[in-house]
Amino acid sequence: MTRAAAVTGAAAVTRAAAVTGAAPPGAPYDVVVVGAGVVGSAIARELARFPLRTALVDAADDVGEGTSKANTAILHTGFDAVPGSLEARLVREGHRLLTGYAAHTGIPVEPLGALLVAWDEDQLAALPGLARKALANGYGAARLIGPEELRAREPHLGPGALGALHVPDESVICPWTTVLAYATQAVRAGVDLLLGHRVLDVRPGHELVTTRGVLRTRFLVNAAGLHADELDRRLGHRDFTVRPRRGELIVFDACARGLVRHILLPVPTARGKGVLVSPTVHGKVLLGPTAEDVDDKAATGSTAEGLAFLRERGRRILPALLDEEVTAVYAGLRAATEEDDYRIACHPGQRYVTVGGIRSTGLTASLAIAAHVVGLLTRAGLEPGPARELPAVRMPNVGEAFPRPYADAEAIAADPAYGEIVCHCERVTRGEIRDALASPVPPATPAGLRRRTRAGAGRCQGTFCGAAVRELFEGAR
Amino acid sequence: MTGTGTTGTGAGTTGTGTTGTGTGTGTGTAERTVDVLVVGAGPAGLAAAARLAARGAGTVEVLEREPERDLAGVRRRADAAVRAGAVLRAGATATGWSGPLTLDTTSPSGRARVTARAVVLATGARERPRAARLVPGTRPAGVLTGGQVRRALDRGQPVGTRAVVVGAEPDAVRAVRTLRGAGVRVVAVVTREPWRRPGAVTGRLPVLRGTAVAEVLGRGRLSGVRVRHRDGRGTTLACDTLVLTGDWVPEHELARSGGVALAGGTRGPAVDGASRTSVPGVFAVGGLVHPGGPAGGAAAEGRAVAGPVLAFLSGAEPWPGAVVPVEGGAPLRGWRRIAGRWRGPWW
Ligand SMILES: Cc1cc2nc3c(=O)[nH]c(=O)nc-3n(C[C@H](O)[C@H](O)[C@H](O)COP(=O)(O)OP(=O)(O)OC[C@H]3O[C@@H](n4cnc5c(N)ncnc54)[C@H](O)[C@@H]3O)c2cc1C
Repeated sequence: MTRAAAVTGAAAVTRAAAVTGAAPPGAPYDVVVVGAGVVGSAIARELARFPLRTALVDAADDVGEGTSKANTAILHTGFDAVPGSLEARLVREGHRLLTGYAAHTGIPVEPLGALLVAWDEDQLAALPGLARKALANGYGAARLIGPEELRAREPHLGPGALGALHVPDESVICPWTTVLAYATQAVRAGVDLLLGHRVLDVRPGHELVTTRGVLRTRFLVNAAGLHADELDRRLGHRDFTVRPRRGELIVFDACARGLVRHILLPVPTARGKGVLVSPTVHGKVLLGPTAEDVDDKAATGSTAEGLAFLRERGRRILPALLDEEVTAVYAGLRAATEEDDYRIACHPGQRYVTVGGIRSTGLTASLAIAAHVVGLLTRAGLEPGPARELPAVRMPNVGEAFPRPYADAEAIAADPAYGEIVCHCERVTRGEIRDALASPVPPATPAGLRRRTRAGAGRCQGTFCGAAVRELFEGAR
Repeated sequence: MTGTGTTGTGAGTTGTGTTGTGTGTGTGTAERTVDVLVVGAGPAGLAAAARLAARGAGTVEVLEREPERDLAGVRRRADAAVRAGAVLRAGATATGWSGPLTLDTTSPSGRARVTARAVVLATGARERPRAARLVPGTRPAGVLTGGQVRRALDRGQPVGTRAVVVGAEPDAVRAVRTLRGAGVRVVAVVTREPWRRPGAVTGRLPVLRGTAVAEVLGRGRLSGVRVRHRDGRGTTLACDTLVLTGDWVPEHELARSGGVALAGGTRGPAVDGASRTSVPGVFAVGGLVHPGGPAGGAAAEGRAVAGPVLAFLSGAEPWPGAVVPVEGGAPLRGWRRIAGRWRGPWW
């Protein structure tokens, strides 16, 4: 029997007295969610709908500092998931939920549609099977298109494309605004966001030893991403091991945006997954990712080999892309495990839910995972109480397809700070930077400010605005 | 009035008044017309504006996206342009085109739409930053371009204590001097190029020739760089600051979005001997056309464009041009190329 399993009597746990007002210091939380990535933040937001004392805890000094800040930013339909898997269901539901949520909260989404482009006979032969798989996943809108329609849709495609599968509902989304919207709404609804709290150990009775003291909780959710297996072991489970799979990506300048209209997905074949070319909601073009198993959970550096590989692939897909300037190179780590599905498990005896193995679709599935996890917590004995409406949040728009302050005459007339462009490449105004610095979940570093506003994310990489942005950042501290 | 120019008197006015001041479009956008609109108050743009105003081009306006306080480096040239009668609007960005010679602008005094009879693009160039050079490794703070270092020091911000400088003469030399002047120890210069004047930088400064940065190291803050010589040998240099100099790229976004054809090599606007681009009425001068050139050369080019602009305004000379097929990746409007009279870089 494990240490943590000694915590018995999970049945009929009553809620803390604190549900309606101030709790005494040191009083236990009803739920602590470890990990403020897109998954943990979505869970905290879902819990915030109920009169519970909830804490969202992360080791980093900002939300979304793990895998959630470094992905491909696609809102998937789930057309190519493994039919019948938990992932397939949660991605499908998550796509629907997040599409609606994004429209309400102002998270930039562009429904561009995807083309799975076949470059050889093998890939062409695989397309009908993928269309059938889409159907098995409840997605009926995918259809095959020939080389002429493909070229008409994507005139800058490299030579030799034989055809494609068109998946009209694949979208691109802003991954950073998504996490921030969840966290902001959770905080507004009363969730304690505890950043800079690395959970070091879990003592019996759900005492979480963190780098900033001990937290007590009745229920525990492990959404620690790459580190979910380690936390799981502290609670006595050896269900899975995270083997990080690195994905390197190259972002091309906005001048490249006119080269591509859809998300150009690779056709998965036995010989590997290939790389994609996709517009981003910030008006740039993404090339990647690689897929490489690594041992180090912090190995988010890029490599010469990875970048050379991406450029070679990119040149084939969209030759003119390679002539454009690169604005960023980054790498993210997928939390891959031994199994081909999410590893979400409920341990009622421990009042504990593990959310592991959220590999390459967690952004899309986040809201569905959150609803699923709260369901599991209820099964483990949590009585959430009556659901209530969450306070509405409206996130500042950082998407190119929607009006931005620098071009909004009325906004500038009302507040000249929106006419003061600080970051020229991305056209970020002093007003937007000021707002982000004063927001409920403010940035801890200039990089965090960049994710919130795009300041410094452009082609000059801070040459022109770096010092000015830093001055504003430091002036706010 | 915040952010506008030395002589700008208010939103939507040119200050000299030979052409009309429009009213809004109904959405709060002010409209105005000028004779010549210069975009960019660097040495090239200011020299062009000064000469044009002095030679009676009519209303000459310069848009500069940086605020007034950041114009210290070109103060003398800016004052000369204003004295000659040009209007300088600092803190005003040209964000795009809404007509062949009409630009939309943003400044703290609002959105404006400026229609000119001729446009001179002088938007300059930037040093290629780390990501665009595809230098692999982590993404720590402390990796800067030479220009970024200067701007940080101008604002009194510390840049680090031990720096490695990347680049060739003269940009790398300038960065070394700047860093040393700020008390930063320069550990080494890393350059792929030959280093012609070993004495150019004083002190025992190792110049690693035929060498490139192979990897950036460190989390949070830069801890060092791995460098590799052409022959395969390599080493790690401990530093908290990496300064990338040279490798200039034209700031061509506005030119491109206006349909201006680019020259193959530099990817600055293709121009003829009179600084005329492929778009009638649009001229391009300075670092935008010759990225990395010296300020004196850019200013000379700015002065020299005054003649062709005046000739164009007088209607004396037809715009040269022949339509050639659109190249891959071209912006939406047709690309045209000027037949003949291609001009190479001037060094
Ligand atoms: C290259 C790549 C491309 C991808 N593309 C897409 C895509 O296009 N669409 C899509 O939907 N998904 C995509 N994904 C997947 C998606 O990014 C992830 O599924 C998602 O970000 C996982 O979120 P998370 O919250 O589980 O993990 P993370 O974001 O990693 O969050 C985990 C958090 O836990 C914290 N933590 C860990 N241990 C502790 C501890 N002991 N104490 C306190 N805090 C701790 C970490 O600091 C971190 O913030 C991609 C992933 C990669 C790598």
